[in-house]
Amino acid sequence: MATAAGELGVIGGIAAKFRSCPATGLKVDLAAERLIKANAVVAVVYLAIGGLLGLLVALTRWPAIHLLDADTFYLVLTAHGINVLLFWIIFFEIAVLYFASAILLNCRLATPWLAWMAFVLMIVGSLLTNWAVLQGDSSVMFTSYVPMQASPNFYLGLILFAVGALIGCGVFFGTLVIAREERTYEGSVPLVTFGAITAAIIAVFTIASGAIILIPTWLWSLGYIANIDTLMYKLVWWGMGHSSQQINVSAQVAIWYAIIGLLLGAKPLSEKVSRTAFFLYILFLQLASAHHLLVEPGLSAEWKVFNTSYALYLAVLGSLIHGMTVPGAIEAAQRKNGYVNGMFEWLRKAPWDNPAFAGMFLSLVLFGFLGGISGVVLGSEQLNIMMHNTLYVPGHFHGTVVAGTTLAFMALTYLVLPLIFQRQVIWPKLAKWQPYLFGIGAGGISLFMMGAGTLGVSRRHWDITFSDALLSFDYPPAAFLMMGLNGIFAILASIGGILYILITVGTVLWGKKVDASNALESLGPMPARVLQSGSSANVAKHGSAEAHHLPGTYVIVGVFFVSFVLYYFVNWKYLSELWPMS
Amino acid sequence: MALRPPEVRVWWNEPIARGELLWIVIAFLWGLFMFGMMIYWHLEGKQNLSTEVYRIDPEVFAQRAEETTEKYKIGEEGDTGIPIVAPPPGSDVYMVARLWEWWPVLQLEKGQSYRLHISSVDWQHGFSLQPVNINLQVHPGLEHIITITPQETGVFTVVCNEYCGLGHHTMTGRIRVVEPGQGG
Ligand code: HEM
Ligand SMILES: [Cu+2]
Ligand SMILES: [Cu+2]
Repeated sequence: MATAAGELGVIGGIAAKFRSCPATGLKVDLAAERLIKANAVVAVVYLAIGGLLGLLVALTRWPAIHLLDADTFYLVLTAHGINVLLFWIIFFEIAVLYFASAILLNCRLATPWLAWMAFVLMIVGSLLTNWAVLQGDSSVMFTSYVPMQASPNFYLGLILFAVGALIGCGVFFGTLVIAREERTYEGSVPLVTFGAITAAIIAVFTIASGAIILIPTWLWSLGYIANIDTLMYKLVWWGMGHSSQQINVSAQVAIWYAIIGLLLGAKPLSEKVSRTAFFLYILFLQLASAHHLLVEPGLSAEWKVFNTSYALYLAVLGSLIHGMTVPGAIEAAQRKNGYVNGMFEWLRKAPWDNPAFAGMFLSLVLFGFLGGISGVVLGSEQLNIMMHNTLYVPGHFHGTVVAGTTLAFMALTYLVLPLIFQRQVIWPKLAKWQPYLFGIGAGGISLFMMGAGTLGVSRRHWDITFSDALLSFDYPPAAFLMMGLNGIFAILASIGGILYILITVGTVLWGKKVDASNALESLGPMPARVLQSGSSANVAKHGSAEAHHLPGTYVIVGVFFVSFVLYYFVNWKYLSELWPMS
Repeated sequence: MALRPPEVRVWWNEPIARGELLWIVIAFLWGLFMFGMMIYWHLEGKQNLSTEVYRIDPEVFAQRAEETTEKYKIGEEGDTGIPIVAPPPGSDVYMVARLWEWWPVLQLEKGQSYRLHISSVDWQHGFSLQPVNINLQVHPGLEHIITITPQETGVFTVVCNEYCGLGHHTMTGRIRVVEPGQGG
C-alpha cells in the first residue's frame, strides 16, 4: 500500500494483511477493504442507472412533458424501483456490514472467498432481473403482485441476489465471532457495529420471507405450481419488503452515529438508550407488513391495528429516540468543542461545508420530518383509506429511503473515499454543494408527491389526464401543479445525483493519495478541537452520566413533536369529512 | 464514541440523563395514544373499513353483478354502452373490476346507504373514488362488501390505482349521486 506500512498480521494462526489507518488508528484488513470497495462501486453504478430512470419517470409524470410512452413508462418504473431500492441500497449495505465488522473491530474478515462468492451471486442476480425487465414482458413493478406474472428470470434473479446478500450477512456474523474469539476489541462492540448487527439480523428475517414467497412464485411462473394466493403473497412479500426498509433505517442511523463520531468527536448520550432503541427494531419489525395491507379485504381490524402499530408503536419509539439522541450527541460534542454560546451556536458553527456532515444532518431532518411523520400517518389503519396507492405512498418513501437513507449513504461516501479508497475528494467546492442539491431535490419530490397524493392522484399511473379512458376524469388543477413541481425538484435531485457520481468516480480514479501527512484534513472541515487532537477517534471523553445541557436539541425535538401532532390530527379531520362507510 | 467500544465497560448501569428520559416517556405515551386513536375510531368514527369479506369464484361474482345490473338498469352512460344501474336504497349493489374497466356505472341517492360489493375477476385492482378520495384494494376471489353512504351529489370517478398492466391508466368507472327520490 502506498500509505501506511503494510503489516502482515498473523492472528489465530491465519495470515491476513493489514494496514493501519492514519486518520483513526484502526487496523484495516486488506481483504475486507477490497470487498468494501467492490460492493460500494457496484452500488454507485446501480444508483447512477436507477436514478436516471427515476428522472425519466418524474418527467413522464409531469403532464406538460409526458416524456415516455405508456409501455416504456411501466418498464422504466419497474426498473427504477428495483435498481435503486434493491441493488443500490443492498450493495452499499453489504459494504457497510464489512466495514462495521472487520474494520471497526480491528479484525480480519471471515472467509473473504465466500464474501466474493456472495458478491458474484448478487451481480449475476441483479443482471438477470434487469435483463428480464428489459425484455419487456416483466413490467410488473418491483412488488410483482400475483396473479400478474413476470418471466421466470425476473424472480430467479431476485432469488440469486437474495442468496448472495444472505451469504454476505453470514460473513458479517462470522467476522463478529472471530473478533470475539481473537479479542480484537475490548468490552462491547461499538454502537455503530451494534446498529449494523441490528440491520443484519433483520436482513436474515427479511431474506427468509423473500425466499418463502419468491421461490414458490418462481415455480408458479415456470408452471409447476398452479396458483399463488393473492393475499398470502402480499402478506409474506411485505414481510420482506417492509422489513428491508428497517434494515435501511438501522444502517442509516448507525451511519449518522459514525459520521458525527468521526467529524465532531460525538459519542452517544447514553449507550444504553441508543442500543435499546436499535433493539426495539429487531423486536417489533416483523409485524410491519401489516401497514401495506390496511385496506385489503380479508384481514381482521384487530390484526391490522395491532400490527400496523408494530404493537403500540414500539418500533416507531426506537426511531423517535434516535431522533433525539443523534442531535443531542451532536450538541453535546459541539459544546465540548467550544461552541457554548446561546441555544444554537453549536449548530451554526457545525461544519456545514463538509459534505459528510451536511448530508448527514439533512438526512436526519428530512427523514424525520418528511419520511417519519408521513409514515406513521400513512400507517394508521383508517387514515390509510385516504392514501393507499396514491402518490402519497412514493412521497412518503422518497422521504425515508431517498432523502434519508440514500443521502446518508452519500454523506458516508465522503468519508469512505479518504479512509478506504485512500483518495482525497476531488472538486471539494462542488462536493460541498452536492448534499444540498440532492437533499433539497429529494425533499421536494417527497413533499410534492405527498401533495399530489393528498389530492388523490394515483401512483404508478401513466396518464392522469385519462385521455385514452372511456370515462374521463380531471384531477384538480392543484394536482397538476404538484406534478410539475415534482418534475422540477426531480431535476434538482438528479443534478445532485449526477454530481455525486462524478465526484465519486473522479475521486476513485484521480483523487490525490491520502497518507499520514494529510489523512485528517482529507476528511474535510471539522471543528478545531477535533483536528488538534490528532485523531478524530481520540476526543469525546464525556461520559453519559454527566448531566447534559442540551437546550437546542430540546427545541428541535419540540418543534418536531408539535408538527407531528398537528399533522396527525389534521388528517383525522380530513378523514371525518369522508363519506361514512362501514 | 460510536465507532469505538463503550468507554465505560458496564455501560448498561449508567444512569440516563433526565431530558432523554423525559423524551422517551413522551414518545412512548404518544405511541400509546396513536394506538388508542385507531381503536377509538372503530367505536366512534364513521369511516371504517368493513371486514365483511367472502371467498368467491370470480365467475359467480360476475354473474351476480350481471343479474343486479339487469334488474336495476335505467339507461346507458353516454354513448359508451356501459349500463347505468340505480338500485333501491339499502340494497346490494355490485361493481366488477376487470381489465380495464369498473362495471357498471352506479347511480346512488345522497344520504342513503348501500351495500357495495366489490371484487375483481382477473388481477388485483385499486378502487380509488375521486375526488372523494376513498381508496381500497380489490382482489380476485375475495368479495368485499362495504356499506357506503354518499354525502354529496355529483359525478364521481373510480380510478384504478393498483397497477394492473399496460391499460392500467385507462381503467376508470363512475358513480353518480343524485338527490333522494330523483333516481330513475
Ligand atoms: C433522482 C432521483 C429520483 C427521482 C427523480 C425519483 C422519482 C420517482 C418517481 C417520480 C417515482 C414514480 C412514482 C409513481 O409513478 O408511482 C418513483 C418511484 C419509486 N422510487 Fe424514485 N426517484 C429517485 C430516486 C430514488 C431512489 C434513490 C430510490 C431508492 C433508494 C427510489 C425508490 C423508488 C421506488 C421504490 C419507487 C416505486 C416504484 C414502484 O411504484 O414500483 N427512488 N421515483
Ligand atoms: Cu385496474
Ligand atoms: Cu390499475
